[in-house]
Amino acid sequence: MRLVEPFIELMTGLMTTLKMLVTEKPVTIQYPEEKKPVKPRFRGRHVLKRYDNGLEKCIGCALCAAACPADAIFVEAAENTDAQRYSPGDRYASTYEINMLRCIYCGYCEDACPTEAIVLGDNYELSFTNRRQAIYDKALLLEALPAGIQTTPQVTEPGKFTRSVPEMKDPQD
Amino acid sequence: MDWTIWVEWIIKSILLILILLGGFAYLTLFERKVLARIQVRIGPNRTGPWGLLQPIADAVKLIFKEELTPAQAYKIIFVLAPIITVVPAIVVAAVIPWGQVVSIFGREVTLYIADLNVGLLYVTAITSIAIYGITLAGWSSNNKYALLGGLRASAQMISYELALGFSFVTAIILAGSMRMIDIVEAQRAVYYLQLGNFQIPIPMWNAIIQPVGAFIFLIATLAEVNRAPFDMPEAEQELTAGYHAEYSGMKFALFFMAEYIKMIVISAIAVVLFFGGYLGPDITKLPLIGQYLTWLAPWMGPVYMFIKIVALLFVMVWVRATLPRIRYDRLMLLGWKVLLPLTLALAFISAVGVLLAQDVNPALIWLIPVVSMGAGFVTIGLVDRSLRRKAYAAR
Repeated sequence: MRLVEPFIELMTGLMTTLKMLVTEKPVTIQYPEEKKPVKPRFRGRHVLKRYDNGLEKCIGCALCAAACPADAIFVEAAENTDAQRYSPGDRYASTYEINMLRCIYCGYCEDACPTEAIVLGDNYELSFTNRRQAIYDKALLLEALPAGIQTTPQVTEPGKFTRSVPEMKDPQD
Repeated sequence: MDWTIWVEWIIKSILLILILLGGFAYLTLFERKVLARIQVRIGPNRTGPWGLLQPIADAVKLIFKEELTPAQAYKIIFVLAPIITVVPAIVVAAVIPWGQVVSIFGREVTLYIADLNVGLLYVTAITSIAIYGITLAGWSSNNKYALLGGLRASAQMISYELALGFSFVTAIILAGSMRMIDIVEAQRAVYYLQLGNFQIPIPMWNAIIQPVGAFIFLIATLAEVNRAPFDMPEAEQELTAGYHAEYSGMKFALFFMAEYIKMIVISAIAVVLFFGGYLGPDITKLPLIGQYLTWLAPWMGPVYMFIKIVALLFVMVWVRATLPRIRYDRLMLLGWKVLLPLTLALAFISAVGVLLAQDVNPALIWLIPVVSMGAGFVTIGLVDRSLRRKAYAAR
């Protein structure tokens, strides 16, 4: 007959929780004040990238819109001129809208993009209070300008930015 | 009767109620904090430093919540039930001695409201009334889950009342009185255990003389106040919230208040019965500063009470954080088939031990802890064997 063992088992359980109370530090992350860094391949809110000279990478080809399984992206293209240049090559995206209520963050737009213009970033703090606000437009999605660079449209010398898709290496990540 | 005595009673009653309400508020915070730390979390920390204003935030939230009454509820009882639950919880505290006599502005004031010579009987009588509130709440809500919760509560509280009553009896036998102050004073003796050159003082608390009785008392109080692992009446996973499923706003707050005030009061009773009440180390015997502290000595009673009550409350929270809810049939089995016979045996052992100590040799008082612990472990062994056999038969 086990006389003492059940009692010891009870005490073992109690001691386990007491040990947690005394020895363990809380693992809580105080969210708005401290944030956990996201993983390298995290897929957050989209960012439209720029070249180092401030020109937009997006050329308005709408391949992302074609690849999007949720039909969340709308792109409208317009012609670039040397007097009003937004991106290298012939065309740029005059309208670029993503409906965040439809987006499923699959990252297919990122894969489809020939210029690596659209990238899923780190930002996961997306909130809006109506459906209108859920449609993120180009002004919101575009990356901030590098320091000391004037905004697009830029005035550029003719014949310099003729190639719309830059030469690239194979992706590493 | 002198009119000043009425003023004194009223002031003491109001103070006691305020202390209990404040204690209730901060007990919720204490519980959440301790639970959080055991679960390796932080707990409430947004309202004020260390979340100290959390109870106030909770109260404000509950006051401004909508009061819903189900259309088919029995309105009068539905409103009355929370009151019936909360009043006994507060009223019980009247007989608890928080200390002896202190003098305030030259007036001798006792640190308890009522000095009943049948204090313990009063406690058992009043705690039983609280069952009505819970059962009526479950019934008048006209909700299946609430009714089941109420029924479970009444069945459970009645079952454990017996074990509780018999562990009261062990303390009564050891003190020879039902007066709370006599029970405390009976635990005043200190036994010096000689270990080589060291003298280890052992206070002759009832928990030392009757450890099994104290243990069963703590188990039965958990069941009595519907705390985990005996929180069948409000089992969230089975009954949504049990008897208070249909209550909201301040009516719900009253049930909540009743539960936590009962926790405090029943801990206070446990301290009085088994853990030496307001007794503690004599501060006037402290080296160096002791002689200047004679004025403080009577006031140390409430302090010792407070320390012991907080320790017991911590144990309640700790047990809640550790043990899962037990099955309903096992709860009944434990109450009727295990705790009741065992406490009967304990009452018998205590009575025989006290008689032997009085008539033969005072050292024979130590037979009580030895024999009762033996009885306790044999009971554990029997329960364990029975459960194992059942598990074997089910296979």
